[in-house]
Amino acid sequence: MKDETAAEQATGRAELINAVGLHARPSVKLTQLAKTFDCRVEIALSADGPWVDAKSPVKVMRVKAPRGAVLHVRASGKGARAAAAALVSLVRDGFGEAMDQPADQSHG
Amino acid sequence: MAKVGIVIVSHSPKIAEGAADMVRQMVGDSVNLAYTGGDPGGGLGTGVASIRDAIDRAWSEAGVAILVDLGGAETNSEMAVEMLDAERRGRVVVCNAPIVEGAVMAATEASGGSTLEAVRRTAEELSPQ
Repeated sequence: MKDETAAEQATGRAELINAVGLHARPSVKLTQLAKTFDCRVEIALSADGPWVDAKSPVKVMRVKAPRGAVLHVRASGKGARAAAAALVSLVRDGFGEAMDQPADQSHG
Repeated sequence: MAKVGIVIVSHSPKIAEGAADMVRQMVGDSVNLAYTGGDPGGGLGTGVASIRDAIDRAWSEAGVAILVDLGGAETNSEMAVEMLDAERRGRVVVCNAPIVEGAVMAATEASGGSTLEAVRRTAEELSPQ
């Protein structure tokens, strides 16, 4: 167990600011980004969990977090700090999507 | 490293093309992707030969995951896999997953460099347990 206590750990949080929250495309982007890191990366809607594997596209999509929700990120293992920082900045940047509420919700 | 390729097989050419559009727009173009659907007369259907062609187009050393809709799409895909040479046959799987969601999820998993088995597992996570 000593590896676990010695492992690099990091947490972060960011509000979902893009128009429709963690819907299909943002979920895919978040998963793809998480997969670029070797460490364990998880997300949750509360600091108390439940934590979901950020590398699982199906589990991330099922979180269904709306705009305004705060996404918590935690990572452990090699590169954990970089992973947590990268996910937080993806969320803060609104996944590169529109920030305004679309009139027709067409890109859900 | 090679990424698992994705093949979409629907009775409807529009569904096959539309599902492929969703994969390209949501996941990007880092994975090989091919689709097929419809019969030569313009009606609904699937064909073993065209599925084989699609497998060739999407081929990757990491393997190919096939997403199908109903009945013949599945049996014809299985027949197409059977007809591959032995060396390729073991690297193609037909996923038991909904075609659209399965294709997007499988491609997302594949884009991260996951193995064929992991890609299949992710697609099949969508099916009722």
